[in-house]
Amino acid sequence: MRRRRWRVVVLTIAAIYFLVPLLSAAEFSLRIPGGGYGVGNYLAIAGDDVLLTALFTSLQIAVLTAVVVLVLVVPTAVWVRLRFPSVAGLLESATILPIVVPPVVMAAGIAFVQANLGGPVFRTLFASSTTALTPFYVVLALPFAYRAVDNGLAAIPLRTLVEAARNLGAGLPSALVRVVLPAIRTAVLGAAFLTLALVLGEIVIARILLYTDTFPIAVVEVGRSAAGVSVALSLASLLLTWLLLLAVSFAGGGRTRSRRTSA
Amino acid sequence: MTALLEAPSAPPERVRATRSWTAALGLLPFLGYMLVFLGGPLFFVINGAFADADGRPTLANLVASVSEPQYRAAFLSSLLISAVTAVIGAVFGTFLAQAVLTGRPDSPLRRIVATASGVLAYFGGVPLAFAFIAALGQTGLATVFLRGIGIDLYAGGFRIDSLTGLGLTYVYFQVPLMVILITPALEGLLPQWREAAENLGASAWTYWRHVALPVLAPALGGATLVLFGNAFAAYATALALTSGSIPLLPTAIASALSGNVLANQQNVGLALGVDMVVVIALVMVGYLALQRRAARWSAR
Repeated sequence: MRRRRWRVVVLTIAAIYFLVPLLSAAEFSLRIPGGGYGVGNYLAIAGDDVLLTALFTSLQIAVLTAVVVLVLVVPTAVWVRLRFPSVAGLLESATILPIVVPPVVMAAGIAFVQANLGGPVFRTLFASSTTALTPFYVVLALPFAYRAVDNGLAAIPLRTLVEAARNLGAGLPSALVRVVLPAIRTAVLGAAFLTLALVLGEIVIARILLYTDTFPIAVVEVGRSAAGVSVALSLASLLLTWLLLLAVSFAGGGRTRSRRTSA
Repeated sequence: MTALLEAPSAPPERVRATRSWTAALGLLPFLGYMLVFLGGPLFFVINGAFADADGRPTLANLVASVSEPQYRAAFLSSLLISAVTAVIGAVFGTFLAQAVLTGRPDSPLRRIVATASGVLAYFGGVPLAFAFIAALGQTGLATVFLRGIGIDLYAGGFRIDSLTGLGLTYVYFQVPLMVILITPALEGLLPQWREAAENLGASAWTYWRHVALPVLAPALGGATLVLFGNAFAAYATALALTSGSIPLLPTAIASALSGNVLANQQNVGLALGVDMVVVIALVMVGYLALQRRAARWSAR
């Protein structure tokens, strides 16, 4: 009885603390000028070309970042587990390194390169938001993406799967794409959507390097003139990312449950 | 099919046989990428921090970054907000994680908290700042409600763009991060330990005091350190919430870099960056050490 009571207290405090700001934001975004409520702010998003272009740019960055992250992380994590388990600890420490360098410090270093180093390679790299920001957002996403994928690999009989695939004539790349990747698809999707959340929220590097055409910067800019629209936008992007993750979670849960019952 | 999936994995001897420099080649893309895109910027930050405006080596920037009053104030408020929100986030996050874990394993509550934690811990920044202004700004919903029941926050000196307001916002991403970090450790507490303690006559409090907390201590300490580093590095929320009115280390770095202060301050900005990296590196070394101790109990 006593155990139940503290649980209720903790969950109630959590619900109040986490829901009040979200509900306040929702209420604010639904206000219309002159009193009353309406969905005007949400409709205004669709008519704002600057916002839509920024959203498109950021989604492009998010997809590219997620692809590069997965191409780097999945083969490396599989390789470490199959061939090189002795460096697992070392690699885990290495994936923590991006956390050690805060975005503002990273931006300072990139700003130096941007200002002082010429040459065609750097000019191409810094020509657009997409090419300039994607490589560094990959670095920001690496720590948790590596952890998510590695947890996914720990939950499957990786060695058996790969050896079975190879016995049936598959090369290592083919085994990776056609056997391992589907088996860890929940972890992979989770990592991809967290990358999306990161890109849709990252403002520090983009602001310092003056790539002002990304979504989070546009949201802040819109907020100066039309606060309701930018609150509506940030709420919508938050909820959308969460629903995507929730869908992945339920899809993954459904799969394990059906496997357990068939066994 | 199921029998095949559950076949035991290959014996460890085969692993040792293939350990060689060819195996290390497989790590090259990953480590190479980190070296170029993380090591590159870091190199220029360190390089600039130890040079004056003309490129001659000097320690003056580093000395200035820890001795000049405005930077020292930024340092102190950064340390303060990180420490306070890390401890609050760690304590409440642990309670929340345990409250969720004691529910049914397949309850929707667990999925909702797990996924929402992911989004809130990593989304951070802009939406958070807006939500808190909508709730606790001058005309925010919660402010107006509290005023209605006789609690006037703003008359009491509260401001959403103060250090307190910012701290309140930081807790919003610290708690979810703690839930993510501590849940595996809480799941690692074997029910047998509790049963054994109860059979020996322990109350719930005695069990937590003498069994669970000592086992959890390294994991709790490590996670609190990560929370500290997380808040110390955070800038997006402060940027969106206050547009630079609170002296924090990232704010100081950004304004030194933007060059609207004296020339030559850019190198001091880079030195402040080095200070930040050193602090977070120390914190992370502590985290890794504690993590190793925590792993002792999870080896089953």
